[in-house]
Amino acid sequence: MRNPQSIMEERKTRERPQSGPGAVIEVEDLVTHYGERMILKGVSMQVLENEIMVIMGGSGSGKSTLLRHLMALEEKTSGSMRILGKDIDQITRKEFLDVRKKLGVAFQSGALFSSMTVGENIMLPLYEHTDLDALTMEIMARMKLEVVELSGFENLMPSELSGGMIKRAAFARAIVMDPKVLFCDEPSAGLDPVVASALDDLILDMRDAMGMSIVVVTHELDSAFKIADRITILDRGEILMIGTVEEVLASKSDRVQALLNRIPEEDTMDPDEYLSRLVGEDNPGTAHL
Amino acid sequence: MAGQKLTATQRIEGVGKLAVAFVESVGNGGIIIAESFYWLLFGVRERQPVRISAVIQQMMDIGVAAIPIIILLTGTIGVMLAIQGIHTLRIFGAESRVTVGIAFSVVREFAPLITGILVAGRSGSALAARIGTMKINQEIDALKVMGINPTRFLVVPALVAMLVMVPALTLLGIFMGLFAAGLYVNADLGISLAAYAHDTIDILSLDDLGHGLGKSCIFAVLIAVIGVVNGAGVQGGAEGVGKATTRSVVQAISAIIITDMLFAFVATR
Repeated sequence: MRNPQSIMEERKTRERPQSGPGAVIEVEDLVTHYGERMILKGVSMQVLENEIMVIMGGSGSGKSTLLRHLMALEEKTSGSMRILGKDIDQITRKEFLDVRKKLGVAFQSGALFSSMTVGENIMLPLYEHTDLDALTMEIMARMKLEVVELSGFENLMPSELSGGMIKRAAFARAIVMDPKVLFCDEPSAGLDPVVASALDDLILDMRDAMGMSIVVVTHELDSAFKIADRITILDRGEILMIGTVEEVLASKSDRVQALLNRIPEEDTMDPDEYLSRLVGEDNPGTAHL
Repeated sequence: MAGQKLTATQRIEGVGKLAVAFVESVGNGGIIIAESFYWLLFGVRERQPVRISAVIQQMMDIGVAAIPIIILLTGTIGVMLAIQGIHTLRIFGAESRVTVGIAFSVVREFAPLITGILVAGRSGSALAARIGTMKINQEIDALKVMGINPTRFLVVPALVAMLVMVPALTLLGIFMGLFAAGLYVNADLGISLAAYAHDTIDILSLDDLGHGLGKSCIFAVLIAVIGVVNGAGVQGGAEGVGKATTRSVVQAISAIIITDMLFAFVATR
Protein backbone atom coordinates (compact mmCIF):
# COMPACT_ATOMS: atom_id res chain seq x y z
CA MET A 1 0.00 0.00 0.00
CA ARG A 2 1.12 3.57 -0.64
CA ASN A 3 2.26 5.72 2.25
CA PRO A 4 -0.89 7.01 4.06
CA GLN A 5 0.68 10.47 4.25
CA SER A 6 1.03 10.70 0.46
CA ILE A 7 -2.58 9.55 0.07
CA MET A 8 -3.78 12.30 2.39
CA GLU A 9 -1.56 14.89 0.66
CA GLU A 10 -3.06 13.93 -2.70
CA ARG A 11 -6.60 14.24 -1.32
CA LYS A 12 -5.84 17.78 -0.12
CA THR A 13 -5.24 18.92 -3.70
CA ARG A 14 -8.97 18.86 -4.33
CA GLU A 15 -11.61 20.68 -2.35
CA ARG A 16 -14.46 18.42 -1.27
CA PRO A 17 -18.02 19.58 -0.73
CA GLN A 18 -19.73 18.71 2.55
CA SER A 19 -22.00 15.70 2.51
CA GLY A 20 -25.62 16.47 3.34
CA PRO A 21 -27.14 15.51 6.66
CA GLY A 22 -29.85 13.31 5.17
CA ALA A 23 -29.41 9.75 3.97
CA VAL A 24 -30.36 8.82 0.39
CA ILE A 25 -29.98 5.13 1.15
CA GLU A 26 -30.47 3.43 4.51
CA VAL A 27 -29.90 -0.28 4.95
CA GLU A 28 -30.80 -1.99 8.21
CA ASP A 29 -29.74 -5.53 9.12
CA LEU A 30 -29.74 -6.77 5.52
CA VAL A 31 -29.49 -10.54 5.21
CA THR A 32 -29.42 -12.34 1.88
CA HIS A 33 -28.87 -15.88 0.67
CA TYR A 34 -27.94 -17.49 -2.64
CA GLY A 35 -29.54 -20.89 -2.26
CA GLU A 36 -28.55 -22.04 1.20
CA ARG A 37 -25.41 -19.89 1.34
CA MET A 38 -25.66 -16.70 3.38
CA ILE A 39 -24.01 -13.88 1.43
CA LEU A 40 -24.80 -10.80 3.51
CA LYS A 41 -25.01 -11.32 7.25
CA GLY A 42 -26.88 -8.39 8.72
CA VAL A 43 -25.41 -5.41 6.88
CA SER A 44 -26.40 -1.94 8.07
CA MET A 45 -25.18 1.24 6.40
CA GLN A 46 -26.20 4.65 5.10
CA VAL A 47 -25.26 6.66 2.05
CA LEU A 48 -25.53 10.40 2.71
CA GLU A 49 -26.56 13.20 0.35
CA ASN A 50 -23.79 14.42 -1.94
CA GLU A 51 -21.44 11.73 -0.65
CA ILE A 52 -19.14 9.34 -2.47
CA MET A 53 -19.37 6.05 -0.61
CA VAL A 54 -16.86 3.42 -1.68
CA ILE A 55 -17.60 -0.22 -0.89
CA MET A 56 -14.45 -2.33 -0.69
CA GLY A 57 -13.66 -5.90 0.13
CA GLY A 58 -11.91 -8.97 -1.16
CA SER A 59 -13.34 -11.35 -3.74
CA GLY A 60 -16.43 -13.08 -2.37
CA SER A 61 -16.88 -10.52 0.40
CA GLY A 62 -20.38 -9.71 -0.86
CA LYS A 63 -19.72 -6.19 -2.18
CA SER A 64 -21.28 -6.79 -5.60
CA THR A 65 -24.29 -8.45 -3.95
CA LEU A 66 -24.65 -5.46 -1.63
CA LEU A 67 -24.52 -3.11 -4.61
CA ARG A 68 -27.24 -5.11 -6.39
CA HIS A 69 -29.39 -4.79 -3.26
CA LEU A 70 -28.77 -1.05 -3.08
CA MET A 71 -29.98 -0.84 -6.68
CA ALA A 72 -33.07 -2.90 -5.70
CA LEU A 73 -32.14 -5.68 -8.13
CA GLU A 74 -32.16 -8.54 -5.62
CA GLU A 75 -34.69 -10.04 -3.23
CA LYS A 76 -33.44 -9.94 0.34
CA THR A 77 -34.02 -12.60 2.99
CA SER A 78 -34.61 -10.08 5.77
CA GLY A 79 -33.84 -6.55 6.83
CA SER A 80 -35.10 -3.23 5.59
CA MET A 81 -33.99 -0.72 3.00
CA ARG A 82 -35.01 2.86 2.30
CA ILE A 83 -34.05 4.49 -0.97
CA LEU A 84 -34.59 8.26 -1.23
CA GLY A 85 -36.72 8.09 1.89
CA LYS A 86 -39.00 5.32 0.62
CA ASP A 87 -39.15 1.91 2.26
CA ILE A 88 -38.93 -0.31 -0.82
CA ASP A 89 -41.01 -3.05 0.83
CA GLN A 90 -43.90 -0.67 1.47
CA ILE A 91 -44.18 1.31 -1.75
CA THR A 92 -46.48 0.78 -4.72
CA ARG A 93 -45.17 -0.24 -8.12
CA LYS A 94 -45.58 3.30 -9.42
CA GLU A 95 -43.64 4.75 -6.49
CA PHE A 96 -40.95 2.12 -7.03
CA LEU A 97 -40.72 3.14 -10.68
CA ASP A 98 -40.42 6.80 -9.64
CA VAL A 99 -37.57 5.85 -7.30
CA ARG A 100 -35.88 3.88 -10.06
CA LYS A 101 -35.97 6.91 -12.38
CA LYS A 102 -33.82 8.76 -9.83
CA LEU A 103 -31.11 6.10 -9.85
CA GLY A 104 -28.31 5.77 -12.40
CA VAL A 105 -25.91 2.91 -12.82
CA ALA A 106 -22.65 2.41 -14.64
CA PHE A 107 -21.99 -1.33 -14.72
CA GLN A 108 -18.53 -2.88 -14.83
CA SER A 109 -19.00 -3.97 -18.43
CA GLY A 110 -20.74 -0.73 -19.39
CA ALA A 111 -23.87 -2.73 -20.31
CA LEU A 112 -24.48 -0.57 -23.37
CA PHE A 113 -27.08 -2.02 -25.73
CA SER A 114 -25.05 -3.43 -28.58
CA SER A 115 -27.81 -2.96 -31.15
CA MET A 116 -27.99 0.80 -30.53
CA THR A 117 -25.56 3.62 -31.23
CA VAL A 118 -23.92 5.43 -28.33
CA GLY A 119 -26.37 8.31 -28.79
CA GLU A 120 -29.40 6.01 -28.83
CA ASN A 121 -28.12 4.29 -25.68
CA ILE A 122 -27.93 7.62 -23.88
CA MET A 123 -31.32 8.80 -25.16
CA LEU A 124 -33.11 5.58 -24.18
CA PRO A 125 -34.13 6.64 -20.62
CA LEU A 126 -35.34 9.99 -22.00
CA TYR A 127 -37.27 8.25 -24.76
CA GLU A 128 -38.90 5.88 -22.28
CA HIS A 129 -39.67 8.25 -19.42
CA THR A 130 -40.18 11.71 -20.87
CA ASP A 131 -42.27 13.40 -23.54
CA LEU A 132 -39.33 15.37 -24.93
CA ASP A 133 -39.08 15.77 -28.69
CA ALA A 134 -36.31 14.01 -30.59
CA LEU A 135 -34.21 17.16 -31.08
CA THR A 136 -34.21 18.00 -27.35
CA MET A 137 -33.25 14.42 -26.52
CA GLU A 138 -30.38 14.59 -29.00
CA ILE A 139 -29.16 17.86 -27.49
CA MET A 140 -29.32 16.40 -23.98
CA ALA A 141 -27.44 13.28 -25.09
CA ARG A 142 -24.74 15.47 -26.66
CA MET A 143 -24.48 17.51 -23.45
CA LYS A 144 -23.96 14.37 -21.38
CA LEU A 145 -21.39 13.10 -23.86
CA GLU A 146 -19.62 16.44 -23.46
CA VAL A 147 -19.56 15.90 -19.66
CA VAL A 148 -17.81 12.56 -20.10
CA GLU A 149 -15.57 13.95 -22.87
CA LEU A 150 -17.01 11.80 -25.63
CA SER A 151 -18.35 14.54 -27.89
CA GLY A 152 -18.75 13.43 -31.48
CA PHE A 153 -19.04 9.73 -30.65
CA GLU A 154 -22.85 9.58 -30.59
CA ASN A 155 -23.15 7.83 -33.95
CA LEU A 156 -20.68 5.04 -33.19
CA MET A 157 -21.74 1.58 -32.08
CA PRO A 158 -20.52 0.36 -28.67
CA SER A 159 -18.37 -2.26 -30.43
CA GLU A 160 -16.36 0.60 -31.98
CA LEU A 161 -15.35 2.06 -28.60
CA SER A 162 -12.39 1.23 -26.33
CA GLY A 163 -12.90 -0.09 -22.78
CA GLY A 164 -12.46 3.35 -21.22
CA MET A 165 -14.80 4.97 -23.73
CA ILE A 166 -17.48 2.35 -23.07
CA LYS A 167 -17.31 3.15 -19.36
CA ARG A 168 -17.57 6.88 -20.11
CA ALA A 169 -20.55 6.29 -22.38
CA ALA A 170 -22.14 4.19 -19.61
CA PHE A 171 -21.64 7.14 -17.24
CA ALA A 172 -23.29 9.44 -19.77
CA ARG A 173 -26.33 7.14 -19.97
CA ALA A 174 -26.41 6.80 -16.17
CA ILE A 175 -26.57 10.57 -15.62
CA VAL A 176 -28.88 11.51 -18.49
CA MET A 177 -31.94 11.66 -16.19
CA ASP A 178 -29.95 13.65 -13.58
CA PRO A 179 -30.19 10.91 -10.94
CA LYS A 180 -30.02 11.53 -7.21
CA VAL A 181 -27.88 8.44 -6.71
CA LEU A 182 -25.31 7.03 -9.10
CA PHE A 183 -23.99 3.49 -8.69
CA CYS A 184 -20.65 2.49 -10.21
CA ASP A 185 -19.54 -1.13 -10.28
CA GLU A 186 -15.75 -1.45 -10.55
CA PRO A 187 -15.35 1.69 -12.69
CA SER A 188 -11.60 1.33 -13.12
CA ALA A 189 -11.40 -2.46 -13.47
CA GLY A 190 -9.49 -3.57 -16.54
CA LEU A 191 -8.28 -0.09 -17.44
CA ASP A 192 -4.73 1.22 -17.59
CA PRO A 193 -3.74 3.55 -14.70
CA VAL A 194 -4.02 6.75 -16.74
CA VAL A 195 -7.55 5.99 -17.99
CA ALA A 196 -8.54 4.70 -14.53
CA SER A 197 -7.33 7.93 -12.90
CA ALA A 198 -9.23 10.00 -15.47
CA LEU A 199 -12.41 8.06 -14.64
CA ASP A 200 -11.86 8.79 -10.93
CA ASP A 201 -11.63 12.49 -11.78
CA LEU A 202 -14.83 12.16 -13.79
CA ILE A 203 -16.64 10.64 -10.78
CA LEU A 204 -15.49 13.51 -8.59
CA ASP A 205 -16.45 16.06 -11.26
CA MET A 206 -19.93 14.57 -11.63
CA ARG A 207 -20.53 14.71 -7.89
CA ASP A 208 -19.29 18.30 -7.69
CA ALA A 209 -21.23 19.49 -10.74
CA MET A 210 -24.48 17.59 -10.22
CA GLY A 211 -24.60 17.21 -6.45
CA MET A 212 -25.51 13.54 -6.56
CA SER A 213 -24.62 10.78 -4.14
CA ILE A 214 -22.35 8.16 -5.65
CA VAL A 215 -21.85 4.57 -4.54
CA VAL A 216 -18.74 2.94 -5.96
CA VAL A 217 -17.77 -0.70 -5.61
CA THR A 218 -14.09 -1.21 -6.23
CA HIS A 219 -11.11 -3.22 -5.13
CA GLU A 220 -8.65 -0.63 -6.50
CA LEU A 221 -7.15 0.96 -3.39
CA ASP A 222 -5.69 4.01 -5.14
CA SER A 223 -9.00 4.76 -6.77
CA ALA A 224 -10.91 4.27 -3.51
CA PHE A 225 -8.63 6.60 -1.56
CA LYS A 226 -8.80 9.23 -4.28
CA ILE A 227 -12.57 9.47 -4.60
CA ALA A 228 -14.09 8.29 -1.31
CA ASP A 229 -15.70 10.49 1.29
CA ARG A 230 -16.37 7.38 3.34
CA ILE A 231 -15.43 3.75 2.83
CA THR A 232 -17.39 0.64 3.78
CA ILE A 233 -15.20 -2.44 4.12
CA LEU A 234 -16.95 -5.77 3.73
CA ASP A 235 -15.50 -9.10 4.72
CA ARG A 236 -17.28 -12.42 4.27
CA GLY A 237 -20.69 -10.75 4.17
CA GLU A 238 -20.14 -8.59 7.24
CA ILE A 239 -19.14 -4.96 7.58
CA LEU A 240 -15.65 -4.70 9.02
CA MET A 241 -15.77 -0.93 9.28
CA ILE A 242 -17.33 2.21 7.86
CA GLY A 243 -15.28 5.35 8.05
CA THR A 244 -13.49 8.17 6.32
CA VAL A 245 -10.27 7.53 4.43
CA GLU A 246 -8.31 8.81 7.44
CA GLU A 247 -10.15 6.43 9.77
CA VAL A 248 -9.63 3.47 7.47
CA LEU A 249 -5.93 4.18 7.08
CA ALA A 250 -5.57 4.50 10.85
CA SER A 251 -7.52 1.32 11.61
CA LYS A 252 -5.78 -1.14 13.90
CA SER A 253 -7.92 -4.06 12.69
CA ASP A 254 -5.77 -6.90 11.34
CA ARG A 255 -8.34 -7.71 8.65
CA VAL A 256 -8.56 -4.09 7.51
CA GLN A 257 -4.80 -3.81 7.39
CA ALA A 258 -4.58 -7.14 5.56
CA LEU A 259 -6.95 -5.81 2.90
CA LEU A 260 -5.11 -2.50 2.60
CA ASN A 261 -1.74 -4.24 2.34
CA ARG A 262 -3.06 -6.98 0.04
CA ILE A 263 -2.10 -9.78 2.41
CA PRO A 264 -3.86 -13.07 1.55
CA GLU A 265 -6.51 -14.00 4.09
CA GLU A 266 -4.89 -17.30 5.06
CA ASP A 267 -1.71 -15.46 6.12
CA THR A 268 -3.62 -13.60 8.82
CA MET A 269 -5.80 -16.48 10.01
CA ASP A 270 -5.30 -18.62 13.02
CA PRO A 271 -3.66 -21.85 11.68
CA ASP A 272 -6.22 -24.08 13.41
CA GLU A 273 -9.11 -22.07 11.96
CA TYR A 274 -7.52 -22.19 8.51
CA LEU A 275 -7.05 -25.97 8.71
CA SER A 276 -10.60 -26.40 9.96
CA ARG A 277 -11.96 -24.41 7.01
CA LEU A 278 -9.74 -26.30 4.57
CA VAL A 279 -10.96 -29.74 5.61
CA GLY A 280 -14.55 -28.55 5.96
CA GLU A 281 -15.11 -29.17 9.67
CA ASP A 282 -17.19 -25.98 9.86
CA ASN A 283 -19.33 -27.08 6.98
CA PRO A 284 -18.92 -30.81 6.40
CA GLY A 285 -21.42 -30.84 3.53
CA THR A 286 -19.20 -28.75 1.28
CA ALA A 287 -15.94 -30.70 1.54
CA HIS A 288 -15.31 -33.61 -0.80
CA LEU A 289 -11.66 -34.59 -0.41
CA MET B 1 -16.19 -37.69 -9.35
CA ALA B 2 -16.22 -38.29 -13.10
CA GLY B 3 -16.63 -41.91 -14.02
CA GLN B 4 -18.19 -42.87 -10.69
CA LYS B 5 -21.36 -44.97 -10.90
CA LEU B 6 -24.48 -43.19 -9.79
CA THR B 7 -26.42 -44.70 -6.92
CA ALA B 8 -30.15 -45.31 -7.21
CA THR B 9 -30.80 -42.36 -4.90
CA GLN B 10 -28.70 -40.08 -7.07
CA ARG B 11 -30.57 -41.23 -10.18
CA ILE B 12 -33.93 -40.54 -8.54
CA GLU B 13 -32.59 -37.18 -7.36
CA GLY B 14 -31.52 -36.40 -10.94
CA VAL B 15 -34.96 -37.24 -12.31
CA GLY B 16 -36.54 -35.14 -9.56
CA LYS B 17 -34.34 -32.15 -10.41
CA LEU B 18 -35.22 -32.48 -14.10
CA ALA B 19 -38.92 -32.59 -13.25
CA VAL B 20 -38.61 -29.51 -11.05
CA ALA B 21 -36.66 -27.68 -13.78
CA PHE B 22 -39.34 -28.58 -16.33
CA VAL B 23 -42.17 -27.37 -14.09
CA GLU B 24 -40.18 -24.20 -13.34
CA SER B 25 -39.67 -23.53 -17.07
CA VAL B 26 -43.37 -24.04 -17.80
CA GLY B 27 -44.22 -21.73 -14.90
CA ASN B 28 -41.78 -19.09 -16.14
CA GLY B 29 -43.28 -19.37 -19.61
CA GLY B 30 -46.78 -18.86 -18.21
CA ILE B 31 -45.64 -15.81 -16.24
CA ILE B 32 -43.97 -14.34 -19.32
CA ILE B 33 -47.13 -14.78 -21.40
CA ALA B 34 -49.32 -13.25 -18.68
CA GLU B 35 -46.92 -10.37 -18.13
CA SER B 36 -46.64 -9.75 -21.88
CA PHE B 37 -50.39 -9.49 -22.32
CA TYR B 38 -50.56 -7.21 -19.27
CA TRP B 39 -48.06 -4.77 -20.82
CA LEU B 40 -49.73 -5.05 -24.20
CA LEU B 41 -53.12 -4.13 -22.74
CA PHE B 42 -52.18 -1.78 -19.90
CA GLY B 43 -48.77 -0.44 -20.95
CA VAL B 44 -50.22 2.91 -22.01
CA ARG B 45 -51.96 3.32 -18.64
CA GLU B 46 -48.66 2.52 -16.88
CA ARG B 47 -46.93 5.12 -19.09
CA GLN B 48 -44.77 2.35 -20.55
CA PRO B 49 -46.42 1.60 -23.89
CA VAL B 50 -45.18 -1.10 -26.22
CA ARG B 51 -43.29 0.73 -28.96
CA ILE B 52 -44.68 0.17 -32.46
CA SER B 53 -41.23 0.80 -33.94
CA ALA B 54 -39.80 -2.09 -31.91
CA VAL B 55 -42.61 -4.39 -33.09
CA ILE B 56 -42.04 -3.40 -36.73
CA GLN B 57 -38.29 -3.99 -36.37
CA GLN B 58 -39.01 -7.47 -34.99
CA MET B 59 -41.53 -8.14 -37.77
CA MET B 60 -38.87 -7.28 -40.34
CA ASP B 61 -36.36 -9.63 -38.70
CA ILE B 62 -38.76 -12.50 -38.05
CA GLY B 63 -41.01 -12.22 -41.07
CA VAL B 64 -39.73 -10.24 -44.03
CA ALA B 65 -36.19 -11.62 -43.82
CA ALA B 66 -37.58 -15.17 -43.78
CA ILE B 67 -39.66 -14.83 -46.97
CA PRO B 68 -37.06 -16.24 -49.42
CA ILE B 69 -36.38 -19.38 -47.39
CA ILE B 70 -40.11 -19.93 -46.74
CA ILE B 71 -40.81 -19.67 -50.47
CA LEU B 72 -38.00 -22.09 -51.29
CA LEU B 73 -38.84 -24.73 -48.69
CA THR B 74 -42.63 -24.71 -48.88
CA GLY B 75 -42.38 -24.79 -52.68
CA THR B 76 -40.07 -27.78 -52.40
CA ILE B 77 -42.41 -29.51 -49.96
CA GLY B 78 -45.31 -28.89 -52.36
CA VAL B 79 -43.42 -30.52 -55.23
CA MET B 80 -42.35 -33.41 -52.98
CA LEU B 81 -45.96 -34.01 -51.94
CA ALA B 82 -47.04 -33.99 -55.59
CA ILE B 83 -44.33 -36.50 -56.53
CA GLN B 84 -45.17 -38.85 -53.65
CA GLY B 85 -48.92 -38.42 -54.10
CA ILE B 86 -48.86 -39.22 -57.80
CA HIS B 87 -46.52 -42.17 -57.21
CA THR B 88 -48.79 -43.64 -54.52
CA LEU B 89 -52.12 -43.00 -56.23
CA ARG B 90 -50.81 -44.40 -59.51
CA ILE B 91 -50.95 -47.83 -57.82
CA PHE B 92 -54.73 -47.45 -57.68
CA GLY B 93 -54.99 -45.58 -60.97
CA ALA B 94 -56.26 -42.55 -59.10
CA GLU B 95 -53.43 -40.10 -59.70
CA SER B 96 -55.84 -37.43 -60.91
CA ARG B 97 -57.14 -37.22 -57.31
CA VAL B 98 -53.72 -36.13 -56.07
CA THR B 99 -55.04 -32.56 -55.61
CA VAL B 100 -57.06 -33.66 -52.57
CA GLY B 101 -54.01 -34.99 -50.72
CA ILE B 102 -51.86 -32.03 -51.65
CA ALA B 103 -54.45 -29.44 -50.63
CA PHE B 104 -55.18 -30.93 -47.21
CA SER B 105 -51.54 -31.77 -46.47
CA VAL B 106 -50.18 -28.35 -47.39
CA VAL B 107 -52.90 -26.24 -45.77
CA ARG B 108 -53.47 -28.24 -42.59
CA GLU B 109 -50.03 -29.70 -41.93
CA PHE B 110 -46.93 -28.92 -43.94
CA ALA B 111 -47.10 -25.15 -44.37
CA PRO B 112 -47.67 -24.43 -40.65
CA LEU B 113 -45.17 -27.10 -39.59
CA ILE B 114 -42.35 -26.08 -41.94
CA THR B 115 -42.90 -22.39 -41.20
CA GLY B 116 -42.89 -23.05 -37.45
CA ILE B 117 -39.70 -25.08 -37.63
CA LEU B 118 -37.98 -22.48 -39.80
CA VAL B 119 -38.95 -19.58 -37.56
CA ALA B 120 -37.87 -21.56 -34.49
CA GLY B 121 -34.48 -22.17 -36.10
CA ARG B 122 -34.01 -18.61 -37.32
CA SER B 123 -35.75 -16.33 -34.87
CA GLY B 124 -36.37 -18.41 -31.73
CA SER B 125 -32.65 -19.11 -31.47
CA ALA B 126 -31.82 -15.46 -32.22
CA LEU B 127 -34.20 -14.36 -29.47
CA ALA B 128 -32.62 -16.74 -26.95
CA ALA B 129 -29.12 -15.62 -27.96
CA ARG B 130 -30.04 -11.93 -27.80
CA ILE B 131 -31.67 -12.13 -24.37
CA GLY B 132 -28.93 -14.44 -23.05
CA THR B 133 -26.19 -12.09 -24.25
CA MET B 134 -28.01 -9.10 -22.78
CA LYS B 135 -28.29 -10.95 -19.49
CA ILE B 136 -24.60 -11.79 -19.20
CA ASN B 137 -23.64 -8.26 -20.30
CA GLN B 138 -25.88 -6.89 -17.49
CA GLU B 139 -28.02 -5.09 -20.08
CA ILE B 140 -31.18 -6.56 -18.52
CA ASP B 141 -30.10 -5.22 -15.12
CA ALA B 142 -29.41 -1.86 -16.75
CA LEU B 143 -32.96 -1.81 -18.11
CA LYS B 144 -34.40 -2.61 -14.67
CA VAL B 145 -32.39 0.12 -12.94
CA MET B 146 -33.49 2.59 -15.63
CA GLY B 147 -37.09 1.72 -14.72
CA ILE B 148 -37.72 -0.02 -18.05
CA ASN B 149 -39.57 -3.31 -17.70
CA PRO B 150 -37.55 -5.92 -19.66
CA THR B 151 -40.65 -7.95 -20.56
CA ARG B 152 -42.36 -4.90 -22.04
CA PHE B 153 -39.20 -3.71 -23.78
CA LEU B 154 -37.79 -7.00 -25.10
CA VAL B 155 -40.40 -9.74 -25.00
CA VAL B 156 -43.67 -8.10 -26.05
CA PRO B 157 -42.38 -6.76 -29.41
CA ALA B 158 -40.98 -10.20 -30.25
CA LEU B 159 -44.18 -11.97 -29.16
CA VAL B 160 -46.45 -9.63 -31.11
CA ALA B 161 -44.21 -9.84 -34.17
CA MET B 162 -44.28 -13.65 -33.96
CA LEU B 163 -48.09 -13.67 -33.60
CA VAL B 164 -48.43 -11.57 -36.75
CA MET B 165 -45.60 -12.92 -38.88
CA VAL B 166 -45.79 -16.70 -38.27
CA PRO B 167 -49.41 -16.92 -39.55
CA ALA B 168 -48.51 -14.51 -42.38
CA LEU B 169 -45.55 -16.66 -43.39
CA THR B 170 -47.76 -19.75 -43.07
CA LEU B 171 -50.25 -18.19 -45.48
CA LEU B 172 -47.42 -17.45 -47.88
CA GLY B 173 -46.18 -21.04 -47.42
CA ILE B 174 -49.66 -22.37 -48.22
CA PHE B 175 -49.82 -20.45 -51.49
CA MET B 176 -46.28 -21.38 -52.46
CA GLY B 177 -46.72 -25.06 -51.57
CA LEU B 178 -49.96 -25.31 -53.52
CA PHE B 179 -48.58 -23.34 -56.47
CA ALA B 180 -45.37 -25.38 -56.75
CA ALA B 181 -47.34 -28.62 -56.45
CA GLY B 182 -49.71 -27.35 -59.16
CA LEU B 183 -46.79 -26.72 -61.50
CA TYR B 184 -45.57 -30.29 -61.01
CA VAL B 185 -49.05 -31.79 -61.40
CA ASN B 186 -49.46 -29.77 -64.58
CA ALA B 187 -46.15 -31.01 -65.94
CA ASP B 188 -46.63 -34.66 -64.92
CA LEU B 189 -50.36 -35.26 -65.34
CA GLY B 190 -51.23 -32.51 -67.82
CA ILE B 191 -53.89 -31.05 -65.51
CA SER B 192 -54.12 -27.33 -66.23
CA LEU B 193 -53.30 -24.88 -63.48
CA ALA B 194 -56.83 -23.44 -63.71
CA ALA B 195 -58.38 -26.88 -63.19
CA TYR B 196 -55.94 -27.62 -60.37
CA ALA B 197 -56.81 -24.31 -58.67
CA HIS B 198 -60.53 -24.94 -59.13
CA ASP B 199 -60.23 -28.43 -57.59
CA THR B 200 -58.17 -27.10 -54.69
CA ILE B 201 -60.61 -24.29 -53.86
CA ASP B 202 -63.48 -26.76 -54.18
CA ILE B 203 -61.93 -29.21 -51.72
CA LEU B 204 -60.72 -26.76 -49.11
CA SER B 205 -62.97 -24.98 -46.64
CA LEU B 206 -62.33 -22.01 -44.37
CA ASP B 207 -62.07 -24.52 -41.51
CA ASP B 208 -59.00 -26.03 -43.14
CA LEU B 209 -57.39 -22.63 -43.45
CA GLY B 210 -58.36 -21.83 -39.87
CA HIS B 211 -56.83 -25.13 -38.77
CA GLY B 212 -53.49 -24.27 -40.35
CA LEU B 213 -53.41 -20.64 -39.25
CA GLY B 214 -54.68 -21.45 -35.74
CA LYS B 215 -51.84 -23.88 -35.27
CA SER B 216 -49.35 -21.32 -36.52
CA CYS B 217 -50.52 -18.84 -33.82
CA ILE B 218 -49.84 -21.46 -31.15
CA PHE B 219 -46.43 -22.17 -32.70
CA ALA B 220 -45.66 -18.43 -32.62
CA VAL B 221 -46.31 -18.23 -28.88
CA LEU B 222 -44.30 -21.41 -28.24
CA ILE B 223 -41.29 -20.16 -30.21
CA ALA B 224 -41.26 -16.77 -28.48
CA VAL B 225 -41.76 -18.09 -24.97
CA ILE B 226 -39.23 -20.93 -25.30
CA GLY B 227 -36.66 -18.48 -26.72
CA VAL B 228 -37.22 -16.01 -23.89
CA VAL B 229 -37.22 -18.61 -21.09
CA ASN B 230 -33.97 -20.13 -22.35
CA GLY B 231 -32.35 -16.74 -22.93
CA ALA B 232 -33.35 -15.47 -19.50
CA GLY B 233 -31.97 -18.62 -17.89
CA VAL B 234 -28.47 -18.23 -19.33
CA GLN B 235 -25.62 -18.77 -16.92
CA GLY B 236 -21.90 -18.98 -17.48
CA GLY B 237 -20.99 -16.50 -20.18
CA ALA B 238 -20.65 -17.14 -23.91
CA GLU B 239 -20.76 -20.93 -23.49
CA GLY B 240 -24.04 -20.56 -21.62
CA VAL B 241 -25.48 -18.48 -24.46
CA GLY B 242 -24.50 -21.18 -26.96
CA LYS B 243 -26.12 -23.90 -24.88
CA ALA B 244 -29.29 -21.85 -24.36
CA THR B 245 -29.54 -21.18 -28.10
CA THR B 246 -29.22 -24.86 -28.97
CA ARG B 247 -31.66 -25.85 -26.22
CA SER B 248 -34.12 -23.25 -27.43
CA VAL B 249 -34.13 -24.62 -30.99
CA VAL B 250 -34.47 -28.25 -29.86
CA GLN B 251 -37.24 -27.46 -27.37
CA ALA B 252 -39.15 -25.21 -29.77
CA ILE B 253 -39.08 -27.75 -32.62
CA SER B 254 -40.07 -30.57 -30.24
CA ALA B 255 -42.90 -28.47 -28.82
CA ILE B 256 -44.11 -27.56 -32.32
CA ILE B 257 -44.21 -31.18 -33.50
CA ILE B 258 -45.91 -32.46 -30.32
CA THR B 259 -48.44 -29.59 -30.38
CA ASP B 260 -49.08 -30.25 -34.07
CA MET B 261 -49.94 -33.86 -33.34
CA LEU B 262 -52.19 -32.95 -30.39
CA PHE B 263 -53.89 -30.20 -32.42
CA ALA B 264 -54.51 -32.58 -35.33
CA PHE B 265 -55.92 -35.19 -32.94
CA VAL B 266 -58.27 -32.75 -31.21
CA ALA B 267 -59.32 -30.96 -34.41
CA THR B 268 -60.24 -34.16 -36.23
CA ARG B 269 -62.42 -35.66 -33.45
